[in-house]
Amino acid sequence: MSETLFVQLLDLAVGLVLVCAFVVLWRRGLGAIVHALTVQGVALAAVAFLLGVHEEHAELIGAAALVLVLKGVVLPRVLLRIIRDSDETREVEPFVNVTASLLAAAGLTLLAYATSRDVVALDPGPETSAIPIGIAVALIGFFVLATRRKAVTQIVGFLLLDNGIALVAFLATAGVPLIVELGVALDVLLAVFILQVLTTRMRAKFGVTDLNQLRELRD
Amino acid sequence: MSVAGLAAAVCQTALVVVVAPFVVGLMRWVRARLEGRAGPPLTQPWRDIRKQMAKERIVPATASWVFTLAPLVLVATAVVATGIVPFLTTRSGLDEIGDLFALVYMLLLGTVFLALAGLDPGTAFGGMGSSREMTIAAVAEPTILVAIFALSVTAGSSNLSAIVTSTLDHPSTVASPETMLAFAALAVVTLAETGRLPVDNPSTHLELTMIHEAMILEYSGPDLALVELAAHMRLVVFLGLLSNLFVPWGIATTTHPLELLAAAGAVCAKIAVLGIVIATFEVFVAKVRLFRVPELLAASFVLAFLAVTASFYLA
Repeated sequence: MSETLFVQLLDLAVGLVLVCAFVVLWRRGLGAIVHALTVQGVALAAVAFLLGVHEEHAELIGAAALVLVLKGVVLPRVLLRIIRDSDETREVEPFVNVTASLLAAAGLTLLAYATSRDVVALDPGPETSAIPIGIAVALIGFFVLATRRKAVTQIVGFLLLDNGIALVAFLATAGVPLIVELGVALDVLLAVFILQVLTTRMRAKFGVTDLNQLRELRD
Repeated sequence: MSVAGLAAAVCQTALVVVVAPFVVGLMRWVRARLEGRAGPPLTQPWRDIRKQMAKERIVPATASWVFTLAPLVLVATAVVATGIVPFLTTRSGLDEIGDLFALVYMLLLGTVFLALAGLDPGTAFGGMGSSREMTIAAVAEPTILVAIFALSVTAGSSNLSAIVTSTLDHPSTVASPETMLAFAALAVVTLAETGRLPVDNPSTHLELTMIHEAMILEYSGPDLALVELAAHMRLVVFLGLLSNLFVPWGIATTTHPLELLAAAGAVCAKIAVLGIVIATFEVFVAKVRLFRVPELLAASFVLAFLAVTASFYLA
């Protein structure tokens, strides 16, 4: 693979990861949000795969396969099942409306660029110059966690955060050892399972998964 | 500024004026066919314009000079815009003023005058249409500016011909994230600015939803013909901008007559393909609620914004 082709494909995959984060903020349908997250997972796997091929690093390619299975197949299925089991298919009224959250996310992206300038300057190159995007995705994940009400969108925010951190890890260090990657993947999977159980319990108890209704103590 | 260059600029303006109603006719026909109707012939928009031209001019009693002036300003800005955008050649005589900012404000001038003309007679629908149009324009115009600005960062100039030439020289930039983001942003804005679905429905006069039609409700006769022609030309300007900025191949790099002829064929084909794609897309989407339109446009603004940040930081 030639250097220019590698840079171009890497930029495309990284760009896709960021755009998917914005799509999560933009769409209201929970199904569409999960699909955006799936695409983001695949793009993240593509980033790892590209880096692995470019640096001839077999462990990274293994990590790419792991990310693809976990974030492209398993987690979306779990999320889609949660949505299917509930009657709620839309994020009705986020605390911050869609237009404002899109603009806020644009601001967060700028913040990510501004804060990571010194990090990028340490070792300029195609991989490091994409690091701000990972930070931006993590910040957008925080934003989703803070402003969305439904349990599913909360899980999505958590996964966005994880994707952002994973992207930074791949780009900055050419991947952590496979065993660490495996551990992190298991942690994420476990967290999502726990959240799924929690969501199911919430629905059984209250009928809805709107986190706003969990503010008061009940008998 | 050479004579040949000026001649090329005149040629491309004439071409757009002649072709624009046919493009609209083609889009209506494609949509009708996909919906199972026979569809009007491609010449129908031209026939409408001819019919309107022969009719009497009726001006509302409450209208002022703005109402009379607006169609002329609209057509004039559309003509200048067609001269600026590199449709046929990158060496047109109007190259020096073929600037991104000139284009955007030229188009905005027409929009503002049309909105004023909608307000002028003092009817309820006109005012409503103008207010809606301004709501959309307020977000759409900066998006065009920022989206094309993302391309001009790569080209190192805000001159439209320079951007096209730079893309011709470096074909690989077409597949870069900033170009794709800018394309997506500009495509959404094109739909909004030319009053297509899902922002405005060009084929209804339903008072609750219309935007463009509401503003021109009071026009009749030759004035209406001018407004319609200008609207068709603006559509072609946007389609030409989309096709030549992102897929510039086929455009002439000299002012040789034969090359210009080939470029005319290429640009007509590209615009026809884009028109068919948009018409097909319109069959499958519903109009979004008016309150959701700013959401859609904010999304396209964010895409354009990301395109600029990407072209600064990823490159």
